[in-house]
Amino acid sequence: MSERAQLLLSIADDELVLGWRNSEWTGIAPFLEEDVAFSSIAQNEIGHARALYQLAAEELDTSADELAFDREPAEYRCAPLVELRLVPDWAETIARHHLYEAADAIRIEALKSSGDARIAGLAAKIAREEAYHRLHAEMWAERLAAEQRFLEAVERLWPFALGLLPADQRPQLVARLARPEQAVSPEHERGAHTPELEELLGEMTVVRRSAPAGAQW
Amino acid sequence: MVTEAEVWEALAEIPDPEIPVISIVDLGVVRDVKLEEDRVRVEFTPTFLGCPALEYMRDAMAARIDQLGACAQIEVVLDDSWSTDRITPAGREKLRAAGFAPPAPREAGGPRLVQLQSNAFRCPYCGSTDTRLENIFGPTPCRSLRYCAGCRQPFEQFKTI
Repeated sequence: MSERAQLLLSIADDELVLGWRNSEWTGIAPFLEEDVAFSSIAQNEIGHARALYQLAAEELDTSADELAFDREPAEYRCAPLVELRLVPDWAETIARHHLYEAADAIRIEALKSSGDARIAGLAAKIAREEAYHRLHAEMWAERLAAEQRFLEAVERLWPFALGLLPADQRPQLVARLARPEQAVSPEHERGAHTPELEELLGEMTVVRRSAPAGAQW
Repeated sequence: MVTEAEVWEALAEIPDPEIPVISIVDLGVVRDVKLEEDRVRVEFTPTFLGCPALEYMRDAMAARIDQLGACAQIEVVLDDSWSTDRITPAGREKLRAAGFAPPAPREAGGPRLVQLQSNAFRCPYCGSTDTRLENIFGPTPCRSLRYCAGCRQPFEQFKTI
């Protein structure tokens, strides 16, 4: 598989899996505004995944749905950060949201100047939508800045956040969040998977697996 | 064979599925219409990538062009070419009349929280600028929720994209 397809799938898988995790708050968020916010963010992330899968699918001669739903768990390229099932812990959810949006901004910004015009165009579109996710995450990080549970969650998830980015982009995340540098162990790196992934994929593909091949929706 | 103007006119009759007061042409999602040998090629660019109405709009355009006796090829363009700045002046007025505050112009550097929390947004019901941000997110990806202290009415604000 080309480096281009691998890159597209890495980001698409992150967005799909995180979109799924965010949607787990639909109906049960601590208050109504956050129910709406997390549902809307989930919808955006899954939309980004769809567009990225489409670009990859053209190159790999398959479809976005097949890439999203029909691969084996080991073939997914998402980072462990997005796999973690954090419901019903709001502090950990906001910590991941805060770390993910900061890291995602760095890689999407870099893709905007990609030599591949379609990737650059799509990245610019994604960046405009993500700006609202970032504002939301920043607002929450500020609101919880003195809460011990939130600080501990950021501490625990920090190596996972570093693992989301390729090594050459990590210094930017360190600088952006003014956090200490840290070695990233293999279980936090992209390529490693948590036991939660298989469970998530099983749940996510129930409908698809139950439908006959070629079913139209 | 149909003319480009006829195609534009026909597409302007298709309402936005989520905010039916404006048409998809008013919304600015139809980027280009071109007549080719035996078909009509339409470039269509989504508002938000996660918009669930994407397929619906694509199919509605194809069906409408089919009614004109032409064959449609709808191409979905996934780049940064749609902006809320593309909503037509007529479309903005229709939004306002239906209780949606139209989007602010796109600025270089993207949206900022201080700006969203400022009172630069006008209530579409009473015209007061004494309004506050309730939620960056709303019932669809393209809308935020605000509250007007002037007429004590919540309203929806189009996000600037």
